[in-house]
Amino acid sequence: MRRTRKNPRRLTALALGAVAAVALAACGGPSTTGSGSGGGTGGGAGGTADAGGIHNPSDATGGTIRMANSGDWDSLDPADTYYAYAWNFVRLYGRSLMMFKSAPGQEGATLVPDLAESAGTPNADSTQWTYTLRQGVKFEDGTPVTSKDVKYAVERSLDKTTFPNGPTYFNDFLDLQGYTSPYQDSSPDKLGLKAIDTPDDRTIVFKLSKPFSGFDYFAQLPATIPVPQAKDTGSKYKEHVVSTGPYMFETNDLGKSFAMVRNPNWDQATDPNRKPLPDRIEVALNVNSDDIDNRLIAGDLDVQIEGSGVGPAAQGRILADQNLKASTDNALLARSWFTNVNGEVAPLDNIHCRIAVQYAVDRTGYQRAYGGATGGDIATNLMPPVIPGAEQFDLYPSAGNTGDLAKAKDELNQCGQPNGFTTGISYRAERPKEKATAEALQQSLQRVGINLEIKPYPLVDYLKLYAGKPDFAKANNLGLMVYGWGADWPDGFGFLSQIVDSRVIRDTGGNSNLSVRDPAVDALVDKAVTTGDDASRQKAWVDVDRKVMEDAYIIPGIWAKGLLYRPANLTNVFITNGFQMYDYLAMGTTRK
Amino acid sequence: MTAPLDVPESTTQTLAPVAGPGAVAGRSPWQIAWTRLKRDKVALAGGVVVLLLVLVALCAPLIVRLLGHPPLEFHYEKVDPDLQVPTGRFGGMDGEFLFGAEPVNGRDIFSRIVYGSRISLLIAFLATVLSTVLGTVAGVTAGYFGGWVDTLISRIMDVFLAFPILLFAIALAGVVPDQAFGLQGDTLRILLIVFITGFVNWPYIGRIVRGQALALREREFVDAARSMGASTPRILVTEMLPNLFAPILVYTTLLIPTNILFEAALSFLGVGVRPPTPTWGGMLSDATHWYQIAPHFMLWPGLAIFVTVLAFNLFGDGLRDALDPRSR
Repeated sequence: MRRTRKNPRRLTALALGAVAAVALAACGGPSTTGSGSGGGTGGGAGGTADAGGIHNPSDATGGTIRMANSGDWDSLDPADTYYAYAWNFVRLYGRSLMMFKSAPGQEGATLVPDLAESAGTPNADSTQWTYTLRQGVKFEDGTPVTSKDVKYAVERSLDKTTFPNGPTYFNDFLDLQGYTSPYQDSSPDKLGLKAIDTPDDRTIVFKLSKPFSGFDYFAQLPATIPVPQAKDTGSKYKEHVVSTGPYMFETNDLGKSFAMVRNPNWDQATDPNRKPLPDRIEVALNVNSDDIDNRLIAGDLDVQIEGSGVGPAAQGRILADQNLKASTDNALLARSWFTNVNGEVAPLDNIHCRIAVQYAVDRTGYQRAYGGATGGDIATNLMPPVIPGAEQFDLYPSAGNTGDLAKAKDELNQCGQPNGFTTGISYRAERPKEKATAEALQQSLQRVGINLEIKPYPLVDYLKLYAGKPDFAKANNLGLMVYGWGADWPDGFGFLSQIVDSRVIRDTGGNSNLSVRDPAVDALVDKAVTTGDDASRQKAWVDVDRKVMEDAYIIPGIWAKGLLYRPANLTNVFITNGFQMYDYLAMGTTRK
Repeated sequence: MTAPLDVPESTTQTLAPVAGPGAVAGRSPWQIAWTRLKRDKVALAGGVVVLLLVLVALCAPLIVRLLGHPPLEFHYEKVDPDLQVPTGRFGGMDGEFLFGAEPVNGRDIFSRIVYGSRISLLIAFLATVLSTVLGTVAGVTAGYFGGWVDTLISRIMDVFLAFPILLFAIALAGVVPDQAFGLQGDTLRILLIVFITGFVNWPYIGRIVRGQALALREREFVDAARSMGASTPRILVTEMLPNLFAPILVYTTLLIPTNILFEAALSFLGVGVRPPTPTWGGMLSDATHWYQIAPHFMLWPGLAIFVTVLAFNLFGDGLRDALDPRSR
């Protein structure tokens, strides 16, 4: 799962006992118009988006964009980063083989070749992918970029001891043959990985251990941003990442701030994807989040970089003021908040009991727990609508989404529990929205005699020791487990693979799939992973989604939204569905 | 309070009552204390509030039936579906919702405060009783026997006083499973907190009782009882204990508010009684996310804790002054 900004704050939150470091954005807001369930281009909570969803379109260059982050960067090193905002931002100083297009709305969720000339060419069974690099791409010091630099970059990203934060897709899919790290590599050029071939300086070939048709999504990972071996300092490389993009680091004071200036060795002729506008980008780190919101509104700051939206306090203020509200976008995220139903806990091992739960849930209560319409749309299935090809369907409909108690009782009868039953519901103690969810579910299920015992567990070990540990969940009668998931990238694989495939469930805990155990789902996942053409693959992921809903292993909650504020001086502002926040590549400023 | 108490001593049968002129009726030390207490209006007010609180806690279901809504009942109609804060002025305070409604789910804050008093007082009282019993037994034993017994018990008390009680409580409440010792749910959580609080606070009373017992055992009436062949248990129970009653009562009264605060702190940190059972600390914790847009939610539980702790403290102080005027 690509993490949202809240994770790094969890320790602080714990220490303070203050739980404020909470979910994405909202604790309330007005009913907003923009971004209905389908589009998600973030048309806005009343903004003046032009056709195509671009606010203040302009190609005027110059000026400084000021950004702030309420926490620290997970890492500026492309091998070691896993946040959506970091992947959005990394495109300013690094060029991966593929990238998400810098374009508004759904177009931003499409892949375009960046360092590569074109999308990857697979072999017949999609186990081998070949890319050709563009000519004339250079590092910031003027050295030309070769395919060996890309290979080296991927190699070092495999080393999870040095770079624990990044995703593990290359570790999981490349045919590693025991290769662990270039730092342990005995070959003199440190390029001993057999899974990647570099027949010449412009060609790179990836060999996979299993077929995978969506490899272009891997090729957009920051891990494919070239790293010059001579400048690699391992875990210290993040102090000075060598740029291939239009901006390079001028200063970098880790944990405090950094500044970027134009990279003289970046050549517009090699790059059809970027039109860099500002001359300078300044980023402050570890800034109090309420302070960020206030400075945004006051015009002292341009971007809250995490893209998670303003906090509850600023949100109350913005929503009460039409002028402020006009400068916001209520963006639909590739993130669902849902509750797992544990089929290992009786009587939920009976599908009729699980369906009874689905019918008994008052979905409006779930939405309220997450802040109403500003916090998200009511979800009727798993995959968020911003994911290309996602379909919205409702297998357990009810009037006004408040639950169908007659059908719920009927299912309870078929399950042999006509008077209901008692089970537990777990949630992450530090998250007030999950607590509100647990309480709301308790209230709504009580209507048909299903009693829930509420059990909070610490966030840090929720997956490792509690809800994500099958024997604990079973022994403690955790029939329901409040949870949520964000897509690594907007695609069925990026969203579903880690939460519905029963083969990722390990007895030792730390699971991301809490409850979906159905061989039929696994088979559908395999089919989707190996399906070649885009349309059929998207359809295949919808089939996975539908099967999970038929099994009633997950109660859909909401498709999350964030309330983003954009100061008036920003130009070319738009929400990209590639990252579900403002696109940082296209942004300019009128403030010189 | 290291000085021995003079006043209660005269209750013991070893001292003959002073014969006074017939016109002046003899007053027992308790009567004297009561007279003093009656003159202390502040303490009396504290006492009245404490009595009221106990009444409220005992009659919670009745009060809520008359003036509120069930404490767990959701009232979505009271909450703005977009802003998630209660509609109406001052957090939705009106004739029906006396203290307004909670954000998000619209639960009646008044009912939750009333029910919350049960948890707070129950835990505080039980924990205090536990502390008092442990403290008295240990204190009297240490003070009366002296020597190595005293040294041992005193060192144990030092260890307990140095204990990081809050961290201990968080750790213990975190590892105890949902079902243990044949108990589960709220009962288990309440008893767990009572145990933690009571078990860690006993040395405060223990030390004071030990000091008193040290002084008392040298008194003539104890010597007299001993020389007349009274057994040790008899001396402890009949001679010593009645004379220790006043300080124990005073410190018990002062320990209750400490325990109320401690329970609130545990609930605030999320290791107390589990939701949705209303507790003041838990409400306060929920309210921290809303204080800027729904300040009423923080006001009421905060006020409840404040008033309760203040009342107990004022009453306890008054009681000490009345029973032992020299400590003033």
